[in-house]
Amino acid sequence: MMADPHLLTILVFFPLAGCLLVLPVWKRPAAARPLALGVMTGELLLALWLYASWQGLAALKPILPGYLLVEDAPWIGAFGIRYTLGLDGISLLMVMLTAFSFCVALAVSWRAIGEKVGLFLALLLAMETGIMGVFLALDLALFYLFWEVMLIPMFFLIGIWGHGRHIYSTVKFFLFTMFGSLLMLLAIIALHLLHAQQSGVATFGLHQLIATRLPAGTQLWLFGAFFLAFAIKFPLFPLHTWLPDAHTDAPTAGSVILAGLLLKTGSYGLLRFGYPLFPQAAQTLTPLFYTLAIAGIIYASLVAFAQEDMKRLIAYSSIGHMGYVAIGIAAWQPVALSGSIIQMANHGVTTGALFAMVGMLDERAHTREIGAFGGLWGKIPLWSFFFLLFSMASVGLPGLNNFVGEFLVLSGTFTKSPLAAGLAFTGIVLTLVYTVRLVQEVVFQTERKPLPLADLDRREICLLALLALLVILMGVHPAPLLDLIHGPVKILVGGAP
Amino acid sequence: MFDNVWLIPLFPFIGFLINGLLGKKIKNETVIGGIGALAVLCSFLVSCKTILALLSLPGEERVANVKVFTWITSGSFNADIAFLIDPLSCVMIMIVTGVGFLIHVYSIGYMHGEEGFYRFFSYLNLFMFSMLLLVLGNNLLLMFVGWEGVGLCSYLLIGYYFHKKSAGDAGKKAFVMNRVGDFGFLLGTFTLYWYMGQAHNVWTIKFTDLAANSHLLPTGGIVTAITLCFFLGATGKSAQIPLYTWLPDAMEGPTPVSALIHAATMVTAGVYMIGRMNYLFIRSPETLMVVAVVGGCTALFAATIGTAQNDIKRVLAYSTVSQLGYMFLAMGTGAFAAGIFHLMTHAFFKACLFLGSGAVIHSMHHALHHVHSHDDAQDMRNMGGLRSKMPLTFLTFLLATIAIAGIPGFSGFFSKDEILWQAFSNPHHGDLNYLLWGMGALAAGLTAFYMFRLVFMTFFGECRITPKAKDHLHESPMVIVIPLIVLAALSVVGGYIGLPKVIGELFGGIPNYFEHYLEPVFKYSEEYMAQHAAHAAEHSATLEWGLMGLSVLVALVGITIAFTMYVKNTELPKRFVATFPALHRAVYNKWYIDELYDYLFVNPCKALGRFLWKGFDVVVVDGVVNGVANVVMAFSGVFRYMQSGYIYNYAWSMAFGVVVILGYYVFK
Repeated sequence: MMADPHLLTILVFFPLAGCLLVLPVWKRPAAARPLALGVMTGELLLALWLYASWQGLAALKPILPGYLLVEDAPWIGAFGIRYTLGLDGISLLMVMLTAFSFCVALAVSWRAIGEKVGLFLALLLAMETGIMGVFLALDLALFYLFWEVMLIPMFFLIGIWGHGRHIYSTVKFFLFTMFGSLLMLLAIIALHLLHAQQSGVATFGLHQLIATRLPAGTQLWLFGAFFLAFAIKFPLFPLHTWLPDAHTDAPTAGSVILAGLLLKTGSYGLLRFGYPLFPQAAQTLTPLFYTLAIAGIIYASLVAFAQEDMKRLIAYSSIGHMGYVAIGIAAWQPVALSGSIIQMANHGVTTGALFAMVGMLDERAHTREIGAFGGLWGKIPLWSFFFLLFSMASVGLPGLNNFVGEFLVLSGTFTKSPLAAGLAFTGIVLTLVYTVRLVQEVVFQTERKPLPLADLDRREICLLALLALLVILMGVHPAPLLDLIHGPVKILVGGAP
Repeated sequence: MFDNVWLIPLFPFIGFLINGLLGKKIKNETVIGGIGALAVLCSFLVSCKTILALLSLPGEERVANVKVFTWITSGSFNADIAFLIDPLSCVMIMIVTGVGFLIHVYSIGYMHGEEGFYRFFSYLNLFMFSMLLLVLGNNLLLMFVGWEGVGLCSYLLIGYYFHKKSAGDAGKKAFVMNRVGDFGFLLGTFTLYWYMGQAHNVWTIKFTDLAANSHLLPTGGIVTAITLCFFLGATGKSAQIPLYTWLPDAMEGPTPVSALIHAATMVTAGVYMIGRMNYLFIRSPETLMVVAVVGGCTALFAATIGTAQNDIKRVLAYSTVSQLGYMFLAMGTGAFAAGIFHLMTHAFFKACLFLGSGAVIHSMHHALHHVHSHDDAQDMRNMGGLRSKMPLTFLTFLLATIAIAGIPGFSGFFSKDEILWQAFSNPHHGDLNYLLWGMGALAAGLTAFYMFRLVFMTFFGECRITPKAKDHLHESPMVIVIPLIVLAALSVVGGYIGLPKVIGELFGGIPNYFEHYLEPVFKYSEEYMAQHAAHAAEHSATLEWGLMGLSVLVALVGITIAFTMYVKNTELPKRFVATFPALHRAVYNKWYIDELYDYLFVNPCKALGRFLWKGFDVVVVDGVVNGVANVVMAFSGVFRYMQSGYIYNYAWSMAFGVVVILGYYVFK
């Protein structure tokens, strides 16, 4: 099979091209929407095609071990900045998740976004390019560029189409992420300079920089900067407070992408860049990482229990779920890391679905307050059924997707630190407590306020059925995905690039 | 030879899909109920074929793993979708599908006309699917799938009348308490997996592999920790102290659910799990002692509460908790076969009792409905004299009551007596044995008392329902009565496959077939016990006869007291309440355990969540951030008008910053 490395460039820039295509029909939603859908579907098909042929690609043995496709070209020669994209099993999983989440985001905002539709779609597409780039870049400067590119559309998304205190939330989101990003930028530049000093070669390439020998103190500082940037994205306790606000006030599409993808860039960055670049520092900070992750799980679950806004509750649950991803990375052990990566994908699907469903409810009832609902099973049984299913996935019911990730994370972590895994376990009880409360108050019991609710329409049913299918499939038969990431995980944990 | 065992869980799953997806369109109750029952019948038939195939093998070959496909595999970790066929799992699938089928048939009659009829049957089938996975799974993880799956179904079925707040709350309570147990189950799984891998390089969670390598495990120490974790799981699922309080509340669900899930099958999962991992538990005398003591205490404690309840289903619920305690008592004394035996006989008579109570409630409900009365159809104080109105229900109910009370010749007698004898004679817990036996025997007396109290209040005496409603009381339709008759018959004769040794000898050496049948599963533990038991005391047959007579005597005393209080002199209970008001109040209010748990766990959790959110998130973290933001705003006039347009400023200044930094390096 011929594998063209330019496929990666296409993968990254096809949405951007779509963004440019949307601009001429800016004012005509009827044309812009199908166009955007076409581009996003095309992107998804490309990602799926790559997945279908990954074993063939792996057999070709590209330049970098473990990678399926690598594209490399000089870019800004003066600094040794190169245009390096690489696709391995982990990136491929994230690429698929990205392409899929954007389709979901578009589908949920089909009707919900009525103003400035063209701009909205253009921003979504631009953001897709940014996120694809983050998951594929292997040059730190390029990575940083995409990292910033993906954020800007998000600010607008929350700022323009958000509700409630959306300006406050945007600024808060902005301050948090910029703070981390700038530190990371400094660390990248410092690393670049140190490497240049040591070897005389100016480079931002990940695989060259890994070879840099750093004194423990320096490593700790640089890792600290990276860690902070990623921890904010994760988000790790106590840097999480931007998330509930951003989620609550973002439009549904924004929430889907935030939960599904932006949080994943934090965990992805940590396992792709943070740990391999600074292994000793990472080792040193492991206890801290464990502590924050576990504190996050317990803390977020307790706080989620007290929420009255459905979206805010799910946002807090998101923090808890990402805590498992964090623990799995902290353990830095093959089983746990596989679990983390699978959990990243699972969380994207499950939480994305939950946000989408709350969005649907909000469109109808114009409220998300838990106390306003009740007895929905009697009124909108289809919605209730799907909500129950995704809630159960979210509490980690075995047979559904989240269980696989959580189980692997915990079983892997247990072999490294029984104490950390044992403490993280309490999360499975706490998660159930607040989720069952949510289901109980919203889906069961009797109607509290007479709300004009119609059950799901065909578009929504198709979307949710697809998500439900994924939730079940990834729970019952995760083996193909585990195969996909098995090789790269081994390489990562083994220390070699 | 066992190639098609995967059909056993598959049939109910198909039933679940058909009724769940199409039930609303089918509408016809007979078709929906028929599909549900037929699915379970098919499973039952395959189960019969499986157990016959198993019996055709010689004893030591009666174990097989049937793999369907690879489920989760990552590095050293591997879990398949695969089934384990051995005598223990076979007896369980027979009970689950057999009793399950009868209850499905019964439900067709009982749920007639209910809103969401299809929903009920799809949940019920989903439950059967999960339960069968639980008992058939060949590794801890697949067992856990079933374990949690039955918890979910239990939650959904308890909350079946979802508009009722009490039903929803009961479901929630059951789900959460079960999860606390599941926490233990998972923790045990991990510890076991980790220890076996770390110390002996055996990375497995497969039951057969664990059993084959169990000689590597030490006695006590880490094994105690592991088994205690698993036992925590068992207390949640099987409603033992301290996690029993959800089961009585679970009676909010429809009665067939109480019979199937909360009496015959799901709640016995903990007992099954200990039986499945007997080789592990036997290596920790400490855990066995905990199991036995918890079992004995639960048996006695729940029985005391059962004596003062007036809701017919609640009495049965506490009775279930108490009987489950017996099973754990058996497991804790190393009498695994006896525990499983009681599990089986209990499934027969308790299912019969619940279904019988359902028939009574059904009839009461109709009668009260006819005269527009709002009296409680489940309150025994409104019943009485139903014997003549519902003769078949009465007869079957009486037979099952005699069985549970432990009257010789009925199934409950054989199984309960075996447990009491083993608790007394097994050389495990030293002098504690006598205490355990005493608790068991006392609970047996209380059981006889509250069960006959129930029978007398319900079926004897004057009918206390409004006279107008009385004429509307009637016997249930055949679809309800036939399952009752089958179960009553099983409650009578089911015990004869496991005759105690002394009785068997009396009749010319009839062996204990049941114990013999389960021998391959528990052989290792038996041998281990024989080696490690501190000089097994020899007990004479006379002693066994004596104890047997004593426990029968205790039961008869219980029945006599019930007869005196509730038939002969019905003023006695009132006088008793008047004489000991505090005691009665405490027992009637279930010793205030629910209130204690609310006070200790539920309320602090709620308060903490609210405090952390409002106190920490909003004040501390956001306070810092907002402070920074305010400082920035104070210094920068650009940000004075915080409107959407100004987001550009952030974005541009950031981009600008990047350019400046890059530019600096370019021209440096």
